Amino acid sequence: MYVAVKGGERAIDNAHAWLAEERRGDTGVAELSIAQIREQLALSVARVMAEGSLYDPDLAALAIKQARGDLIEAVFLIRAYRTTLPRFGASNPIETAAMVCDRRISATFKDLPGGQILGPTFDYTHRLLDFALAAEGLDPAPAPQVAAPDGALPHVTDFLAREDLIQPEADGPATPRDLTREPLDFPADRPLRLQALTRGDEGFVLSMAYSTQRGYGRTHPFVGELRIGTVAVEMEIPELGFAIELGEVVLTECETVNQFMGSKTEPPQFTRGYGLVFGQSERKAISMALVDRSLRWEELGEDNVGAPAQDQEFVLYHADNVQATGFLEHIKLPHYVDFQSELELIRRLRAEALGDQAREAAE
Amino acid sequence: MSVTDPAIIARQARLSTLAKAPAARLCALFAAYASEQPTHALLRAPEIGTVMLRGRAGATGAPFNLGEMTVTRCAVRLASGAVGHGHVQGRDADAARTAALIDALCEDGQVAAIEAAILAPLRAEAAAHKQARATRAAATKVAFFTMVRGDNA
Repeated sequence: MYVAVKGGERAIDNAHAWLAEERRGDTGVAELSIAQIREQLALSVARVMAEGSLYDPDLAALAIKQARGDLIEAVFLIRAYRTTLPRFGASNPIETAAMVCDRRISATFKDLPGGQILGPTFDYTHRLLDFALAAEGLDPAPAPQVAAPDGALPHVTDFLAREDLIQPEADGPATPRDLTREPLDFPADRPLRLQALTRGDEGFVLSMAYSTQRGYGRTHPFVGELRIGTVAVEMEIPELGFAIELGEVVLTECETVNQFMGSKTEPPQFTRGYGLVFGQSERKAISMALVDRSLRWEELGEDNVGAPAQDQEFVLYHADNVQATGFLEHIKLPHYVDFQSELELIRRLRAEALGDQAREAAE
Repeated sequence: MSVTDPAIIARQARLSTLAKAPAARLCALFAAYASEQPTHALLRAPEIGTVMLRGRAGATGAPFNLGEMTVTRCAVRLASGAVGHGHVQGRDADAARTAALIDALCEDGQVAAIEAAILAPLRAEAAAHKQARATRAAATKVAFFTMVRGDNA
């Protein structure tokens, strides 16, 4: 129970004033611009866009600046801003097969058409601090370039699908359920689960995925393909009567190839997990694919071994860091009356208990 | 829906180019093309909103909601009656109005001039940007070679 109390106004105003000063830090140090955050902290920006569920790099950069680099606070700011905007409609489903890839790798086929393209990856770096970056004003040498072949890179799962070796994806309703418009309701179908996972907290989704690898539910995944790149967003415009491309977004997509499935009537086939996330975010995309696959146990006729990552209520109710933060942090707000009643109760119980002891001693 | 009318295909391509153009560049090219804005009425004042992006499970399966993207739209009518629609990615009201004006002027018979002054440069710059990334990506393609096995040597 919360109690309306007065008297904090001046303290709150002064706290906010100090917050603004602390946010700026030492004024002898140059102020960060939104463009600097957008360009040089691009992976933080990507995370805020993904979990804030709004693709707008400048807004995400602003939120990061305002939140003093607290990314969950920045996600909260983006979510709050999003609710003030009208929604014009929904895009046609994005064609990730047409992605212009910065990176595209497969852990299942070495010599796949289009090849293994590493892109701007941290992989193979030695994770040694680079003190050269502490010296400012050193622009890197331009990265090498070679002629690029035309044409889109085919999905690895297409090769398996051609031989019928992987389960085909079932189509679903053209208008999927939307957890930003209706309360999360169980059982959640796969489209709803994918929406919750793609906006879920990266740390939470990572830990859930990790738990399945360590044996809490088994997924045995191969990364069939991981791709990062730019795709066009197309939408039907009612007043025009045709579709146009409204923009371009960077996405990370992960397709996992998982253990066989088969039954008396159906020959064995690989199964799939899927991850698709705003921005360059492969840790999240791989995690999402593993958790997606784990949550599919029922439709794939697997046993529920009671693993947390198989429990859709557990996963979906706890994946959202804004909800989690809101409920967690509300306990720091005044609970004076609640606590007062607890205090009185415990005093009375103690008085009774001590009185009983005293009586027993006297008898 | 597939479109076969060449006029519509051209408009589709034009609106897509305008939607994806960097806002500042779009406005600068239009300012260089038309020293002042043509007289127009706003059918829809520039409006910032979002579009829900959809993906597909496994890239080919059931659609799901991936998250939203900011979009600004605007509609104008010129004195001649020509109507233009502008949609741009992001939150730039000037860019949305500029896109709508460009669309209206194209509908008003200025297609060839605008193609040369605005659309062709925007397309070329987008292609150059895409190429600059594609060539860097191509340079990171792995060229596997097999080590000679000891027992074969």
